[in-house]
Amino acid sequence: MSAVSSELTIDDGTPKGSAIDRLDARAAKARRGLGSVGASSIAIVLAILWTIPTFGLLITSIRPQADIQTSGWWTWFSSPSFTSENYHEVLTGSTTNFSTFFVNSFVITIPSVLIPITLALLAAYAFAWIPFKGREILFVAVFALQVVPLQIALIPLLTQYVRWGLNGTFWTVWLSHTIFALPLAIFLLHNFMKDVPRSLVEAARVDGAGHVRIFFTVMLPLLVPAIASFAIFQFLWVWNDLLVALTFAGGSKNVAPLTVRLAELAGTRDDQWHLLSAGAFVAMVVPVIVFLALQRYFVRGLLAGSVKG
Amino acid sequence: MDWLLHADTTGEKLVLMVVAVLMFVAVMGLILFATDRIRSLPPWVVGVIFVTPVVLALGFGLVYPAIETIKESFYDRSGAFVGLDNYVAAFTRDEFQVVLRNTAVWVVVVPLASTAIGLLYAVLVDRARFEKFAKTLIFLPMAISLVGASIIWKFVYAYRPVLEGVPAENQPNQIGLLNQMLVWFGLEPQQWLINSPANTYFLIVVMVWIQAGFAMTILAAAIRAIPTDIVEAARLDGLGGTRMFRYITVPSIRPALVVVITTIAMATLKVFDIVRTMTGGNFNTSVVSYEFYRQSFVQRNTGLGAALAVILFVLVIPIVVYNVRQMRRAEEIR
Repeated sequence: MSAVSSELTIDDGTPKGSAIDRLDARAAKARRGLGSVGASSIAIVLAILWTIPTFGLLITSIRPQADIQTSGWWTWFSSPSFTSENYHEVLTGSTTNFSTFFVNSFVITIPSVLIPITLALLAAYAFAWIPFKGREILFVAVFALQVVPLQIALIPLLTQYVRWGLNGTFWTVWLSHTIFALPLAIFLLHNFMKDVPRSLVEAARVDGAGHVRIFFTVMLPLLVPAIASFAIFQFLWVWNDLLVALTFAGGSKNVAPLTVRLAELAGTRDDQWHLLSAGAFVAMVVPVIVFLALQRYFVRGLLAGSVKG
Repeated sequence: MDWLLHADTTGEKLVLMVVAVLMFVAVMGLILFATDRIRSLPPWVVGVIFVTPVVLALGFGLVYPAIETIKESFYDRSGAFVGLDNYVAAFTRDEFQVVLRNTAVWVVVVPLASTAIGLLYAVLVDRARFEKFAKTLIFLPMAISLVGASIIWKFVYAYRPVLEGVPAENQPNQIGLLNQMLVWFGLEPQQWLINSPANTYFLIVVMVWIQAGFAMTILAAAIRAIPTDIVEAARLDGLGGTRMFRYITVPSIRPALVVVITTIAMATLKVFDIVRTMTGGNFNTSVVSYEFYRQSFVQRNTGLGAALAVILFVLVIPIVVYNVRQMRRAEEIR
């Protein structure tokens, strides 16, 4: 949870006119003062440190198994060798079968993003724009629920699901992700929603629109960036989640997502680097693409106070 | 209709997903349509309709389970009431001493290290050439699952046993980068993840690797927001470089620093994926959140597991209170 500010004017640094130019000149001067060479070299060292571990595993995933076991990935540059066998085995091999789990991850994630956003939008609208008795207290309560660690809810929830005979199905995973996403989603969307100018809503009211119509015709179009921010957040959270998936879907091969399978592989075959490396990248590829494509929205969401804990 | 509960093939799963989404859309659509049609509804009824699904979901999925868990923490695994015994066990038993000590180390080191690195990087690349690309590199680990990140680092730490009485040039090649670097420097390869207590720090590296990007993003934005005239005035007074950083930058972004540190601390308290994937909690690396998982799902010691979950909850509260206070103050300043 938590927020830095709902300052949405902070953007990702696209220059705007002469003010920025002046800033640039100033910054250039500052850098000269700080020692441009020293500063850049520290930055470059950090960037390399942060990238090398992933890069090493990526190289490993395209090396033949025999090479991986007998020499380090850095020797690949002097004696390169390629194979797609690792990916092939990890995706379709009968013991790994990541393609099945890939589908599971996908099936889990889509509704777990759509449903909480819809519910949270409605609630956030009510909290921001419809006066009703007990609204303030209810909103504070929802806000406070962001604090509750998931751990505290898991076992009783699982007991309920078992009682209903729903345990180990997609339904419980969707429901759980939806519930756990709501406090943050409402808080974040409420932050955006209360900033919509009152005059817009009033004008629609004068035209005789009810709250449902205002919600769809006035609010939703304005909130597209906010929705995108939360959607990418929730997408990454659900796709990368291990705890919820282990608890509610861990035992079922037909429901468990990639993270569960990957963790299992890391536990049982921790020396099979040809499978682990390829498997890790199969699990990573979708969130990384989504992340790179929608980074702007992600940053905006972070700055608006959406850090799930 | 068995596929509704047990979708086995890819086709069935996709159909099930579409059906579930359509059902949800239909139900919500119906409610909203009805709400819009009935003209005479007073506004507060509309408000109640809008928040009811959320209130029900949160009541069922968070409030009620939390209360159950708190209750559960006073019972042992056979269902007998034991009062505070589970809490006493969690704080006094020898095996848990290590767990508590590790958790403390995590909560102190991860936020401070991530924030320090994030801040340094944010200052260094601010308005530099390739700024966007440079930031993305540090930021990217946030997109990866903790399981994936753990595997990436486990490979960095990979260890090949050193054979006794075999000359250095005939030793098996190290395949982990860190050990190979030791070999290049003529040192003995280490079992990074096994030798306690240092191994906890090698797990912490993974979390720092992930969180530094978060710290950098927030702090970079805060640095951008420092008013130009303040910086300009300081410069006229002859401040530059490190002194500018020390006397202008850091004080100006203090609220953001606090928020970043507390947010990372909270995330760190709850993380169990790294420990589970890298060591399985062995070799004295367990933390409270992992111990909760182990006691609840592996040992089936639900009472103790519940107590650990409650402890986790209680540990988070002071951080949150502090965080909210700082946010308030930050907003007042603005």
